[in-house]
Amino acid sequence: MADSETPNPMSRTDVVDAYFLEHRAKLLDIAAFLDRVDRAGKAGDEADDFRITALRRALEVLDDGKGDRVRRVLDLMSDTSSELVDVAPGKGACGTPPPAGSGA
Amino acid sequence: MTYIDPHIHMVSRTTDDYRRMALAGCTAITEPAFWAGFDRSSPQGFFDYYRQLTESEPARAAQYGINHHCWLCVNPKEAEDPGFAREVMSLLPEFLERSNVLGIGEIGLNKNSKNEMTILEEHLAFAEERDQLVLVHTPHLEDKRKGTLLIMDAIANTKLKPDRVLIDHVEEHTVADVLDRGFWAGMTLYPETKCTPQRAADIIEIYGTERLWMNSAGDWGDSDPLAVPKAIVELRRRGHSAETIRTATLENPKTFLGQSPRFDAGDA
Repeated sequence: MADSETPNPMSRTDVVDAYFLEHRAKLLDIAAFLDRVDRAGKAGDEADDFRITALRRALEVLDDGKGDRVRRVLDLMSDTSSELVDVAPGKGACGTPPPAGSGA
Repeated sequence: MTYIDPHIHMVSRTTDDYRRMALAGCTAITEPAFWAGFDRSSPQGFFDYYRQLTESEPARAAQYGINHHCWLCVNPKEAEDPGFAREVMSLLPEFLERSNVLGIGEIGLNKNSKNEMTILEEHLAFAEERDQLVLVHTPHLEDKRKGTLLIMDAIANTKLKPDRVLIDHVEEHTVADVLDRGFWAGMTLYPETKCTPQRAADIIEIYGTERLWMNSAGDWGDSDPLAVPKAIVELRRRGHSAETIRTATLENPKTFLGQSPRFDAGDA
């Protein structure tokens, strides 16, 4: 990570005071989403969608104490190959690389 | 506070958005050519789009005291058919002569395919031959990191100067590479799929303001034409100086875009 060139003028307490409730709510949104996925299970569903697998791995990054979390989560959810694909598989993206050969 | 939104697709926005942007302090915008949400069925569709970008949209913006500029190209989402893309590109020389056109954009990659790269390289050669500024779209989500690296390598194979190229939609995993290679970097403020105003403020705190700007990229999807003033509020809330805020939201766009004599910030 680069040295801070325009440091945040706020103290650590100021940051927590300003943003804690907002991010507490976002954390609860993630918890509710995972519960919703669990409740929605039906026969024939995949045991664990690759996007949920990626999300669970990202959650581990948040609490590993190593910092630089945003970049590492984005890297975790990035295609790490370097070759051009033969044909664009549609126009959209799904947020994390699908399993090879899935056609997703 | 006066600001510039250097990337916004006003053809997809209402007149009310122009009014709200003007009230928030926007004096100038630049509008890159992009995908309409569906594939156009003929080059004539692009001809009409380029007329909209160079004729009707500047007139609509002027009603609110906003100077409108644009960038022209075939966007990467419609580059998978090289023959079609080349037909559309044959229209570009005529439109490049128009008074609000700043350069070529937003070119780049979308799904990092071979045909997309072919058309990107042809756009880069076109810009190089005509000494045009370039605005680059980088792919979405899982495709961004790979695509950004491929795009920068393609530019390195030309004689285009990095300080005349802006690589847009950077996030925390691409911004350092873009700045380290001498390019300008744009942060796009989206509600979900790119940077939020808070993360853009974080990036400024980590990397500073040199060669970095922010934009709303407001379009027909989930986006916010007031995202830049919201980032201004976020920076102000944290106690950043007026100079830092002005640099990121006004002076930096003026410096990069001012490399075209056609750009008018309208902030006098």
